[in-house]
Amino acid sequence: MSTHAETGHHGPAKGISRWILTTNHKDIGTMYLVFSLLMLFIGGTMAFVIRAELFQPGLQLVMPEFFNQMTTMHGLIMVFGAVMPAFVGLANWQVPLMIGSPDMALPRLNNLSFWILPFAFSMLLATLLMPGGAPDFGWTFYAPLSTTYAPPSVTFFIFAIHMMGISSILGAINIIVTIFNMRAPGMKMMDLPLFVWTWLITAFLLIAVMPVLAAVVTMMLMDVHFGTSFFNAAGGGDPVLFQHVFWFFAHPEVYIMVLPAFGIVSQIVPTFARKPLFGYHSMVYATASIAILSFIVWAHHMFTVGMPIVGELFFMYSTMLIAVPTGVKVFNWVSTMFRGSMTFETPMLFSIAFIVLFTIGGLSGLMLAIAPADFQYHDTYFVVAHFHYVLVPGAVFGIIAGVYYWLPKWCGNMYDEKLGQWHFWLSFIGVNLTFFPMHFVGLAGMPRRIPDYALQFADFNMLTSLGAFLFGTTQLLFVYILIKTVRSGKPAPQLPWDGAKGLEWSVPTPAPYHTFATPPVFGDK
Amino acid sequence: MCRLLHLFSIALVLTPAPLVALEFNMPAGVTDTSQSVFNLHMTIFYICLVIGLIVFTVMLWSIFHHRKSRGAKAAQFHGSVLVEVIWTLIPLIILVAMAIPATTTLTDMYDTTESDLDIQITGHQWKWHYKYIGEDVDFFSILATSREEIENRKKKNPNYLLEVDNALVVPTNKKIRFLFTSNDVIHSWWVPDLAVKKDAIPGFINESWTRINDPGLYRGQCAELCGKHHAFMPIEVKAVPEAEYLAWLEEQKASQLAAAGAAAKDWSMDELITAGASVYEKNCAVCHQADGSGVPPAFPPLNGSPVVQGDKTGHMQVVINGRQEKGMPAFGAQLSAVDIAAVITYERNSWDNKTGDMVTPAEVQSLMDSQ
Repeated sequence: MSTHAETGHHGPAKGISRWILTTNHKDIGTMYLVFSLLMLFIGGTMAFVIRAELFQPGLQLVMPEFFNQMTTMHGLIMVFGAVMPAFVGLANWQVPLMIGSPDMALPRLNNLSFWILPFAFSMLLATLLMPGGAPDFGWTFYAPLSTTYAPPSVTFFIFAIHMMGISSILGAINIIVTIFNMRAPGMKMMDLPLFVWTWLITAFLLIAVMPVLAAVVTMMLMDVHFGTSFFNAAGGGDPVLFQHVFWFFAHPEVYIMVLPAFGIVSQIVPTFARKPLFGYHSMVYATASIAILSFIVWAHHMFTVGMPIVGELFFMYSTMLIAVPTGVKVFNWVSTMFRGSMTFETPMLFSIAFIVLFTIGGLSGLMLAIAPADFQYHDTYFVVAHFHYVLVPGAVFGIIAGVYYWLPKWCGNMYDEKLGQWHFWLSFIGVNLTFFPMHFVGLAGMPRRIPDYALQFADFNMLTSLGAFLFGTTQLLFVYILIKTVRSGKPAPQLPWDGAKGLEWSVPTPAPYHTFATPPVFGDK
Repeated sequence: MCRLLHLFSIALVLTPAPLVALEFNMPAGVTDTSQSVFNLHMTIFYICLVIGLIVFTVMLWSIFHHRKSRGAKAAQFHGSVLVEVIWTLIPLIILVAMAIPATTTLTDMYDTTESDLDIQITGHQWKWHYKYIGEDVDFFSILATSREEIENRKKKNPNYLLEVDNALVVPTNKKIRFLFTSNDVIHSWWVPDLAVKKDAIPGFINESWTRINDPGLYRGQCAELCGKHHAFMPIEVKAVPEAEYLAWLEEQKASQLAAAGAAAKDWSMDELITAGASVYEKNCAVCHQADGSGVPPAFPPLNGSPVVQGDKTGHMQVVINGRQEKGMPAFGAQLSAVDIAAVITYERNSWDNKTGDMVTPAEVQSLMDSQ
């Protein structure tokens, strides 16, 4: 780090090599964010195909085998390509700025963790062109549909998952090392901004569960190519073992996709309420409790596999417990707003929508936790509605809120507030039109992952498709706003939000290529 | 935004009756279990609704009254141990209140006491097989909706995609035990009106129980993604009074005996081709397509296939034993000798395949016996 201080402020390298060779946390953060935006549109296009086919009953546009490839790839790309890299991008930009560090602790590792991703996703997307088509077994890839009965491209899928896992683990290690070692002098752990705290906890979750994902896909690889029988009863294995191992990874994974959004909202709400966050300590403890509980609830995704009643009860009770820390967080946000002095700029609107819609998703999650009722909800559109409520107006709105909030500091220009408000309201209407009717068709009995459905589900499906088209096209407006801001937005002041607190606002606007070459002294602002 | 949501929630509370009656809620079903699941669902839903209303009302209140444009000054409080302990404990108490009825319902569902009849349900890609244990009655149940309707060439009937050729017939007011397993991938047998959903897992057996109170026809679908025709393997359960059920059972036994006798009959080539066309449509067309063109590389074409045009025994062996490595099931375990002979004769004399060969049930039977 000392070399940076000695050479003073120098700018980025010129041309493409800047992006390929960069070890700068801001450049890498930008690349992560642009990459995830691209993936959002690729995954969104697949959602478009799905919703177009489901617009009416009957098979119109695509064959069932291609429909299954679309649902599978949509899920994989949105989870691993859009949401996770977007959070890593935000962490890259913000963690060093928020803790007063000049860069990430391991800058070359940082470059590597990003550059693995384009290759992993190119390979995953290339499976669409392979004989037999792309993976078609759902993003949860249950064996034996994903082993004995899988298309040949499953091998490429496994390799791509391995690469994504390596990227995530390296990114997580980097974030942990940075937070533990590079805080500004005087900044204690309980002084960390909540975005940093939630990311620290997320990073530990990533390190704990990505190897489990790697293990389960490796077992698949062995079953497919080397004649083992991990998931094949005929050879002494068990298809349900796959689900246990997969969900041991995938339940913490869903919190990986939402905890950093909790952090973003916990930064934004106090800023626009002009009031300190209510219950900082309980926010930290609640986040940690959610993370710990996430390891002991996995089988609530598997209530119908035929577990003994003791297992059902254990996973039902442990899952219900998660409502307590989650409730604490929601109450804290509402209390932060209570008796504040609120304004409603775009980041605040997305954050409020996050709190409301995430709460709806959380409450439907509580309903899903009730095992006997889950026998009716399981594998229906009710589940699809639930997890889209926590992931789209949850994770994705959190990311969008964060981007609007910090964009002025990143690029030095202010976004167009009027367009931002349009973006918010169209997204808000679109997202609810898309996902709210899914609750009804799910309760009425429509299974998920079907390309064609019975006539009584037709009206709500048409509404959902219309909502999806609205929500999808609205995101083009988001891209337009971003480009317009970076190219020709009005210059932003040093402190674009009068209620904002934290080290990230102490640097000039736009943030210079190198910040905090001399560590700031925390508490001395 | 919040206000809309708020109004909508109020509308839900004020009109609980139509909410229950309309089709966008879970069916209350026709068993005691399904009724208690439904009650549990509604209880939890109303609790969630009240919690949501309280949280959103406070939020809405703040949004309206504590906005800067109305001159609100921000308070600076940032925590209260008492309040935080209260809103940790109250949700805990509510959760315990939810867990009690949930545990009772679950315990009732797991009542393993002696049942009156046992039915083994086997999932296949993409059809269900029902076997009445101890009764010598078993059959496949396959989607009855025509391809014309699915491909929008004909008006869809009201039971579109929810109708089968042979419904599962069961008696009312008897405790039925279902035993679930699968022949290939994981399926999940779900009939909402019975509140039974259980995974059918290859190599393992799951069980579930039901006692149906009202006669009627109850429809369901496969709930676990099981490949390309996952949407096309519905379930029909026909619950009838016991006397009617027993009569039906006798009829089934007689017709299955007659079908077994059919193997001995002398079949003409035309009869076999006609019978084979319908066997093909039900069992083979999903993969190899109605015109025999297949979906390569997963499902090879039969039109012009070297297996179909080649040696008869080779063709019979593929149909009888399947191709495990490619996911083709062994039809020897699913179809009768007559059906296999008919479908092979049909395939060898359809489309561009003009072998002129006829395969008799006796030939198929002797090959099956020799294995």
